[in-house]
Amino acid sequence: MLLKVENLQAQIDEKQILKGLNIEVNPGEVHAIMGPNGSGKSTFASVLAGREDYEVTEGSVEFDGEDLLEMDPEERARKGLFLAFQYPVEIPGVSNKLFMQTAVNAVREEKGLPALDMFDFDEYAREKIELLDMRADLLERSVNVGFSGGEKKRNDIFQMALLEPKLCILDETDSGLDIDALRVVANGVNALRSEERSFIVVTHYQRLLDYIKPDHVHVLYNGKIIKSGGFELANELEQNGYDDIIQQYQGE
Amino acid sequence: MSETQVTTQETQYQEINDLLSKSKHYKEGFVTTTAVETFEKGINEAVVRAISAKKNEPEWMLEFRLKAFNHWKNMEEPHWAKAEYTPLDYQDYSYYSAPECGSCAGSCETDQEQVIDPEVAKAFAALGVPIDDSDANVAVDAIFDSISVSTTKREELAKLGIIFCSFSEAVQDYPELVQKYIGTVVPYHDNYFAALNSAVASDGTFVYVPEGVRCPIDLSTYFRINEAKTGQFERTILIAEKGSYVSYLEGCSAPVRDTYQLHAAVVEVIVHEDAEVKYSTVQNWYPGDEDCEGGILNFVTKRGICEGKNSKLSWTQAETGSAITWKYPSCVLKGDNSIGEFYSVALTNRRQQADTGTKMIHLGRNTRSTIISKGLSAGKSDNTYRGLVKIAPTAEGARNFTQCDSMLIGDQCGAHTFPYIEVENATAQVEHEATTSRIGEDQLFYCQQRGISEQDAISMIVNGFCKEVFSELPLEFAQEAEELLAISLEGSVG
Repeated sequence: MLLKVENLQAQIDEKQILKGLNIEVNPGEVHAIMGPNGSGKSTFASVLAGREDYEVTEGSVEFDGEDLLEMDPEERARKGLFLAFQYPVEIPGVSNKLFMQTAVNAVREEKGLPALDMFDFDEYAREKIELLDMRADLLERSVNVGFSGGEKKRNDIFQMALLEPKLCILDETDSGLDIDALRVVANGVNALRSEERSFIVVTHYQRLLDYIKPDHVHVLYNGKIIKSGGFELANELEQNGYDDIIQQYQGE
Repeated sequence: MSETQVTTQETQYQEINDLLSKSKHYKEGFVTTTAVETFEKGINEAVVRAISAKKNEPEWMLEFRLKAFNHWKNMEEPHWAKAEYTPLDYQDYSYYSAPECGSCAGSCETDQEQVIDPEVAKAFAALGVPIDDSDANVAVDAIFDSISVSTTKREELAKLGIIFCSFSEAVQDYPELVQKYIGTVVPYHDNYFAALNSAVASDGTFVYVPEGVRCPIDLSTYFRINEAKTGQFERTILIAEKGSYVSYLEGCSAPVRDTYQLHAAVVEVIVHEDAEVKYSTVQNWYPGDEDCEGGILNFVTKRGICEGKNSKLSWTQAETGSAITWKYPSCVLKGDNSIGEFYSVALTNRRQQADTGTKMIHLGRNTRSTIISKGLSAGKSDNTYRGLVKIAPTAEGARNFTQCDSMLIGDQCGAHTFPYIEVENATAQVEHEATTSRIGEDQLFYCQQRGISEQDAISMIVNGFCKEVFSELPLEFAQEAEELLAISLEGSVG
């Protein structure tokens, strides 16, 4: 098993957000986490990535056989956990190339691989650009500076391709994207799917899932997963909304 | 913004600040022990006369000093800068200190073969300053407290007619040149510290590049303050004749002391027709302890005049040291089509205070100036940009572009911008852009989530911010500046 989350409880500034979340992810699986606003979707993604604003009060997270909660954010990243941000951050003056070369080499060091020099990295990056059908000037620009919303998300997918993580978490990557950008992001994800790589796709809408076709769909509500199923659950949600499921859950 | 976020940010910034301040080590902070001749503390007419006598100066130089001293006595220490310090006790400083030359009891001053005190030589070696005529591709004037101890590559330069020597030597050997130019760009009565400098000027560098000569190597001065409670008052004059070019660099450091040390320099640059001067500074004076007690007070007047047509003067500075910096390298653009540039990175940390910027005085037609200033404030420091762009009625078609960017690292530091713009000619175009940003918790987390350590992330973000300025520095200096920033931002993670 790649990821095992048990009874995860987390709070921010003494406000309890996650209230006993359980999920298991095997290598190669794609899981979608859906839920209404404020259900704790982004909090879950942030807690997995190690954002310090959140305090884990209870539960455990095992990642590839190790205690994830004990690790610094950069350690988690180096061990293969990747988060595509809901709002990718701008870093003026730092080229995507330098940024990603530094990141790729940090991950390679962790794996015991030699660092890539400028030329090796350039070659490696161009392969990925081709794979994802992205624009070649992506490397020369400052990290996300002057990028449109869609470009920022694509850049995150590009970074994901470069780092070759074991677990990719997409935190509402589809928010604010038009249909073309959505397709590019989805194609990127599909191109990166493999038997070793797992995905957790956090989303509000079914749109993205139509392209990605997850193996499992979970409904998160009030800090807990209240229903799990296959791809058909996403269709059901799209048609009936969250209310039915929530009422069902509250009735139990 | 919700209260939750504010609280979290504060703890984050606290952490960044801890990172920054924890192991800032000032590796240039060592003290050299050698036999020195230091004047008694205090300043009066006799001291001024004694300095002049010590240097065996001609009458006109002594007169210049005395005029300045008499003027200074009636001036008041300025406190308009956005930096707080208690008024200095000028009687508590010594105004002359020099390593003694035991072997020849001072008679070697006139000798060609200078004997360098081995301890002083060691100090410069430790600082990485090449003071022998090695294969270094740079000529160096090394100044230790009040005197210049070595100037390299002089013969090579002399073949091209370039004069590169200490200011004291220039007074002896090229009195007509010194007399012609001293005080023409920065008059002795210009300001309080310039007047003090004119009275007690210790040593400095003198550079003269003759007509049509392109100086093939970088010329450089390294300033070292060693003695405690000593002021360094260097006087540097740089003259570029018609059609010449020179790139000049200066670096500085001082030992760790527990009382403020005073550094009040004056630099005058004269650029004639079609000539170009690039003047670069990497300033790493001792900033003092955690509260910046004992650091250097860096009160400097630097000014150049683009005298002739099509001349160009470019100031580039990376300021990381000093307890207080008060410095405005300026350009008087007198010649038509002349160009002035100012590129600056100023980093303040802990309780450092920097009030720095430039003045661009446009007098000639079609004169152009560019100002790019990057201020970084961390810890509890204050970083101020203060700049003047003045377009005189005669400056038909003058243009200026100013960009002032400030970056805050933490929530207890300050960044301030005071641009003064005076336009007296309607054909002028003046642009001013300013931004203030913060190294955000978000940026750091984004880097960390990609596997980059917090430390590397900070230095990457900071260097990215400073890039436009560092690209103006000569290559080796740019590297040194980047390293300095890295050291100043160094912390111990994990």
